[in-house]
Amino acid sequence: MRKTYINGVGCISAQKTFDTIFLEEAIINETANVLPLEIPVYKDFISPTAIRRMAKGVKNGIVASALAMKEANTETFDAIITGTGMGCIDDSDKFLRALIDNNEEFLTPTSFIQSTHNTVGSQIALGLQCKAYNFTYVNGSVSFESALLDAKLQFDENEASSILIGGIDEMNDYTASLFKLAGFIKQDNESPYKVLNSTTKGVVYSEGATFFVLEDKKQDHSYAEVLDIEIINKLQVNEVEAKIIDFLKSNSLQISDIDAVILGFNGDVETDVFYRKIAENCFKNTQQVYYKHLSGEYNTASAFGLWVGAKIIKTQQIPEILKVNSVEKPDYKTILLYNQYKGIDHSFTLISKC
Amino acid sequence: MEALKQELKAKIIEVLNLEDINVADVKDDDALFGDGLGLDSIDALELIVMLDKDYGIKLVDPKEGKNIFQSIETMAAYITANRTK
Repeated sequence: MRKTYINGVGCISAQKTFDTIFLEEAIINETANVLPLEIPVYKDFISPTAIRRMAKGVKNGIVASALAMKEANTETFDAIITGTGMGCIDDSDKFLRALIDNNEEFLTPTSFIQSTHNTVGSQIALGLQCKAYNFTYVNGSVSFESALLDAKLQFDENEASSILIGGIDEMNDYTASLFKLAGFIKQDNESPYKVLNSTTKGVVYSEGATFFVLEDKKQDHSYAEVLDIEIINKLQVNEVEAKIIDFLKSNSLQISDIDAVILGFNGDVETDVFYRKIAENCFKNTQQVYYKHLSGEYNTASAFGLWVGAKIIKTQQIPEILKVNSVEKPDYKTILLYNQYKGIDHSFTLISKC
Repeated sequence: MEALKQELKAKIIEVLNLEDINVADVKDDDALFGDGLGLDSIDALELIVMLDKDYGIKLVDPKEGKNIFQSIETMAAYITANRTK
């Protein structure tokens, strides 16, 4: 049974997560209910002929994966596995709008090609000429964790020694307007949008791409080891603590062994109770970390959470901007991530210092 | 004919999202595929749809495209002779 090490990370998000070390330039934006991306210079990573046809999510995915591969110093993989909740929604919109506007005639190929959920994984594979296992999970807010679990199982079964995984999601004006109508995004007149202790429904949305190079060998530049992942579709608020205790027990750990817990607080007054309850009870003496005030919410925002966890373990520091409380630890060895969205798609991820 | 050529250049740049290229950069006799603008087979499909949608020309024989899409010059000449709208 092989181990799973995070040997390279790359992230494009609402913060400057490229050309920086660990959120030293992070800014909390409480005035926008859809956080804009910090965009890299795409042409530094993608040829001009290829870039013109690429959707935003594809470009972000390619850049984030390139950053991860550069850190890990490898471009050879036994699998490329991605997760996305909504895929390349911008080109899906374009394609469907053209379908309606042109009375189901004159359908052009580009937006159709770019509208499929597996576009990012396939474009990365094309760029690397990688003909290995290529899979995209579209499982709502556990899309990224599904990709991570698939990779972990392949390492466990000795089927792979190097896997590229990532979570990618896009947002555009039209989808944002629908999400506001549905109450998924906080209303325009409710700013400042605070994530902790919010009193309003909905969340601040955003988009992003976060990639990880996972390998079975520990390197000098390794970030952390992925110990375990568990996904559960439905849980009641009062079941979460017991679930966490069981999850830790199956890894021969208990609550006191967790040096930091990374919680997916997103400011939705209806569902942040899932996090608040464990924060006030079983994890009251544990360093609590949150991140969606920086990344915004999206189906694969938890990949940003794993990026945060990996950075904490590697740097052994938690930037003040991420802290929910101030339970200092001399050493960050074991970190638990817990995420859910709208009270479903619960995920637990355990990483440790390696 | 001159106005049509300018219109085609603008449409091709927009439809194919040719970043960093202006209408003035495209010469009437520049090759659209290969060494010229470097368009490819997916672009060819976009151009076929554009002919149909904007000029009412349906290309029945794909082999015709090779001659029609040689340059802005050849496209403009074909559209002038065959357009239905």
